[in-house]
Amino acid sequence: MATTAHRTARTREDDRTDGRSDEDVLASAYETAFDAAVAADERIEPRDWMPDAYRSTLVRQIAQHAHSEIIGMQPEANWITRAPSLRRKAILMAKVQDEAGHGLYLYSAAETLGTSREELLDKLHSGRQKYSSIFNYPTLTWADVGAIGWLVDGAAITNQVPLCRCSYGPYARAMVRICKEESFHQRQGYELLLTLSRGTPEQHAMAQDAVDRWWWPSLMMFGPPDDESQHSAQSMAWKIKRHSNDELRQRFVDICVPQAESLGLTLPDPELRWNEERGHYDFGPIDWSEFKQVLKGNGPCNEQRMSRRRRAHEEGAWVREAAAAYATKHNGAETTSAGETSAGDTAAGRTGTAHTGETGVRRA
Amino acid sequence: MTATTAPLAALALGDDALVLSHRLGEWAGHAPVLEEEVALANIALDLLGQARVLLSMAGDEDELAYLREERAFRNLQLVEQPNGDFAHTIARQLYFSTYQRLLYGQLAAGKTRFAGLAAKAVKEVAYHQDHAEQWTLRLGDGTDESHQRMDRACAALWRFTGEMFQPVDGLDGVDREELRTAWEESVGQVLGRATLTVPEGPRTGAWTAGAGRQGVHTEPFGRMLAEMQHLHRSHPGASW
Repeated sequence: MATTAHRTARTREDDRTDGRSDEDVLASAYETAFDAAVAADERIEPRDWMPDAYRSTLVRQIAQHAHSEIIGMQPEANWITRAPSLRRKAILMAKVQDEAGHGLYLYSAAETLGTSREELLDKLHSGRQKYSSIFNYPTLTWADVGAIGWLVDGAAITNQVPLCRCSYGPYARAMVRICKEESFHQRQGYELLLTLSRGTPEQHAMAQDAVDRWWWPSLMMFGPPDDESQHSAQSMAWKIKRHSNDELRQRFVDICVPQAESLGLTLPDPELRWNEERGHYDFGPIDWSEFKQVLKGNGPCNEQRMSRRRRAHEEGAWVREAAAAYATKHNGAETTSAGETSAGDTAAGRTGTAHTGETGVRRA
Repeated sequence: MTATTAPLAALALGDDALVLSHRLGEWAGHAPVLEEEVALANIALDLLGQARVLLSMAGDEDELAYLREERAFRNLQLVEQPNGDFAHTIARQLYFSTYQRLLYGQLAAGKTRFAGLAAKAVKEVAYHQDHAEQWTLRLGDGTDESHQRMDRACAALWRFTGEMFQPVDGLDGVDREELRTAWEESVGQVLGRATLTVPEGPRTGAWTAGAGRQGVHTEPFGRMLAEMQHLHRSHPGASW
């Protein structure tokens, strides 16, 4: 963003000698420049001026998105050691690895707003920041891995594709990368369910049961109805958000119904039917009391997910301390914090898209 | 190399990769830093990829992975050892990746049916070894606590390392003496740089060295297989 108004505001600030009295004038000039940039669909970048509330909304949203990737590893990792074929096991491991990578991109995006990963993880661990309610549901059978891919990743993509055009540049760019991998995961989940649906009667029943359990929680992923959504109006005005919760939810239902038909599975909603007049599927009421309970911490797995995350962090403390101590001894002044900056970097440096393993199963 | 011995070597190498990959997969969601979630999963995926190629040389990969019982697995006892703390996981990886890199280096230069796979895999394994070395240095030469933990881990796993230098049917072209010398030199050098001492004591467990290759395993392995095979075995004949 570099509009004329913005440059003018900067120049005037540089010229000031007495400061204070014109602060309000400057702030409003910045604000005008910011509003103009947003209106013109320009990207806001880390060094640009932005309203405090815009910054804090983004920190909250990006952090919670990052936390969801990290907590979201748990329900799927629950099946890595039990995957029923080596091919499926490789796909699942690659997917969980991708999720850790998405968490890393997103924490980096949040850090451009002046926070740190440590601070954000601390907020997650102390319950001051949330993660997506969907990950408080348990994965009870292998078919849940497919249902998560198809429905949960499907809902995430419906939510996230518009974020690729989000007004904040670093977030928008992270979403472009993430959405590519997510749609790959979603296709894999669909294909897993299709295999089960066309398999033995027991496999088919397993797939149907998983879809029955994951359908409504997936619809809740779009958040409360528009008339109860706290942050929506402001986020839409700032072009952080591009569509309302209910719009996105409807779009998701419209996509899923024909997909369920071709999977040979039913969706657990007796009121689901095509509405010729609206050109959309009508669907039954969502149990918002369940949603609220899960958000309050009373879902089936809230306690388990949080305690496992805290335990991993606490049990890893001595490793991070060791890496920091080693860095102090060997890199002198370059030392920063924790293991995140030393061996972890060496290790992870080769991963992601740069890593083209020769014999392993690779993702797209 | 005869046709009858070839599958045995493929099983031995394939089982090593399969079992260690499984153990590393158990770390998902538990790693000390996010970068390690990525790195450990990456190593697990590389090993699983190798396992699939190797097991396919010996038969059907899923039948071999999911329908053999404990006594039919030919992996080293080292790779089946539980993850323990991060130091145990790193010590196990250091010992194994150093061995695998040297072995694959020899196989890549040789004329056995493993030359092609080894030439590709050795690049991955070089990364695994580097990763284990980097962490061995940090844990060994980090804090007092990490030094002690790493020291304990290296000592605890030492007795499983002798098995790596026992003969394997079908890997006749491998110079085992050279493998052993190079391994000792490489591991000794890393431990020295990490301010750790090379463990003393025999490099064999309660069983004679080479037991894992003969299908004699340690107790935790059966439980690992029970978890790994349970779903597959519950649906005989199903496709996934």
